[in-house]
Amino acid sequence: MTNLVEIEDLKVHFPIRRGLFVDRVVGHVYAVDGVDLSIRRGETYGLVGESGCGKSTLGRGLLRLTEPTGGRMVFDGTDLATLKGEDLRRMRRRMQMVFQDPLSSLDPRQSVESILVEGIRVHGLDKGVDLGKTLRDLLTSVGLPHGSLRKYPHEFSGGQRQRIGIARALAVRPDLIVADEPVSALDVSVQAQVINLLEDLQGEFGLTYLVIAHDLAVVRHIADRVGVMYLGGIVEEAPAHELYTDPLHPYTRALLSAVPVPDPVVEDRRERILLTGDLPSPAAPPAGCRFHTRCPWKQATRCDTERPRLRAVESGHKVACHYAEQIRSGELRPHSVEPELVPELVLDP
Amino acid sequence: MRSRRARIGLTVLILVYLWTFLSPLVAAWDWSAKDLSAFLEPPGGSHWWGTTQTGEDVYAQSMRGLQRSLSTGLLAGPLATVIAAVVGSLAGYFGGWTDRILMWGTDLLLVVPAFVLVAIASPALNGGSFLWLVLVMAGLVWMITARVVRSMARELRERPFVQAARYTGMGPLSIIYRHVLPNTASILIIDATISMASVVLLESALSYFGFGVQSPDVSLGTLIRDGTRTLAYPWLFLPPSLLLIGAVLVVNYTGDGLRDALDPGSERARRVTGS
Repeated sequence: MTNLVEIEDLKVHFPIRRGLFVDRVVGHVYAVDGVDLSIRRGETYGLVGESGCGKSTLGRGLLRLTEPTGGRMVFDGTDLATLKGEDLRRMRRRMQMVFQDPLSSLDPRQSVESILVEGIRVHGLDKGVDLGKTLRDLLTSVGLPHGSLRKYPHEFSGGQRQRIGIARALAVRPDLIVADEPVSALDVSVQAQVINLLEDLQGEFGLTYLVIAHDLAVVRHIADRVGVMYLGGIVEEAPAHELYTDPLHPYTRALLSAVPVPDPVVEDRRERILLTGDLPSPAAPPAGCRFHTRCPWKQATRCDTERPRLRAVESGHKVACHYAEQIRSGELRPHSVEPELVPELVLDP
Repeated sequence: MRSRRARIGLTVLILVYLWTFLSPLVAAWDWSAKDLSAFLEPPGGSHWWGTTQTGEDVYAQSMRGLQRSLSTGLLAGPLATVIAAVVGSLAGYFGGWTDRILMWGTDLLLVVPAFVLVAIASPALNGGSFLWLVLVMAGLVWMITARVVRSMARELRERPFVQAARYTGMGPLSIIYRHVLPNTASILIIDATISMASVVLLESALSYFGFGVQSPDVSLGTLIRDGTRTLAYPWLFLPPSLLLIGAVLVVNYTGDGLRDALDPGSERARRVTGS
């Protein structure tokens, strides 16, 4: 399998501006800070992390909805950073996005038909095809009745709206779909339907997905490989089942230990790792390992000085932790962590 | 049209406007004709609303004046809204320097008193056509709406569906045309009627002071001016004054009805979405 997407050292920094009369840049929010990522053709890559860790910014940076500050992004052999104007527009046909909130991402004044036709027209895919049939096929693929074409977004339920959003992305026949929290705005009962739909479509159209979510269960179900983000960087990446059965990074362990187990006996006995302290500000990330301020396995050396690189511990299982092996073997035991006060960001020089 | 008020208002407005055109076919006197046998005659007889000092038929003149005022309003009101929509959406959507320059212009027109501007420009426009007057009127009432549209466009620009359209690869002008303007449509339609009312008033005021419609043509403003030189003959100024008040009220009534029908925050809309 070849890589459809390759991201190297991607950085997205947002300047913090101050000043009454003159704009001064007094600092940066390091939303995404040095991410390496590759997505194979035809797979589903799940990106998880808590709010504010930069996972959405990563997705938007990849699509250049937000301009990256640095790094390289290669899509199917083409360097995205160098594309401009018409070439970028053509490339964007192949990389579509499904948004989190299906209602606000659909124009309330547009019928479903014109929502779907828009992209097709813009990319000139309507030439020499039976547009009516294309639209009906699209609706069938996402499981909406053909009568939907004349209706408006407010006439649909949340799940149906998300189906319209998916149909809009599919309309231009993309290779990659970036789904940013595709189901988090939906009822739990509808979430499963939409997830299954995404899986069916993947088989039908040979799609590659980057699914961004904070819900570990959703990602576990849909993803082939999972990346865990913390404060702008990927801390662990592994095939989905391996990540859930054998998490290596302390942050992943803490994250997974927070997922309740549907078995009262196990639930009572299992060890839970409670993280203390707050998420540090992405405008002033801690030196060394980003997680060392809250890590129960923090060691006296290296952790607070040297930023760990993402390295392969096993084939396909990468982790950004200096002591991953020792933690795994049980050589290092977790200890209690004094909650560290997140320092107030001082912006004025 | 789902609002009863808008329907009634619009019907009355259209009927009255049509009547100002049809009236000469029915009435005995033409607005420009002078009856040299009847000066300052009170209402009655063949001069339904009486005559003026020079024997002109007050009814025919009032109808002509109303027609002038309504025509100005009907043309200049929507025209002002179009200017506001274009300037506001461009400024709001593009932001940056486009925004700054367009808003400087808008604010400049807002702080310069419109009346003084027209008064100064009036000699240059004298003898100018009726369309010139319409253009000047439209140029004087669009600014506040433009600012409203601008702030709406700024907000819409960040909405996911606009971003989705941008991402699809649509050009900025087609995004403005297809996504931004339709979502400000309710404001624009309401605004068109409100500007219409203010244009009718502004035109009358200008004509009253001699800057608008020039004689021998008449508008409600010139009729009120000529009629109020002396208050001894109420049939000279009452008809045009009442018609002016009536016209503005009907237009505003229509606007209120439209707002109820189109504004999502109004009661009818709440009922529909709440069900």
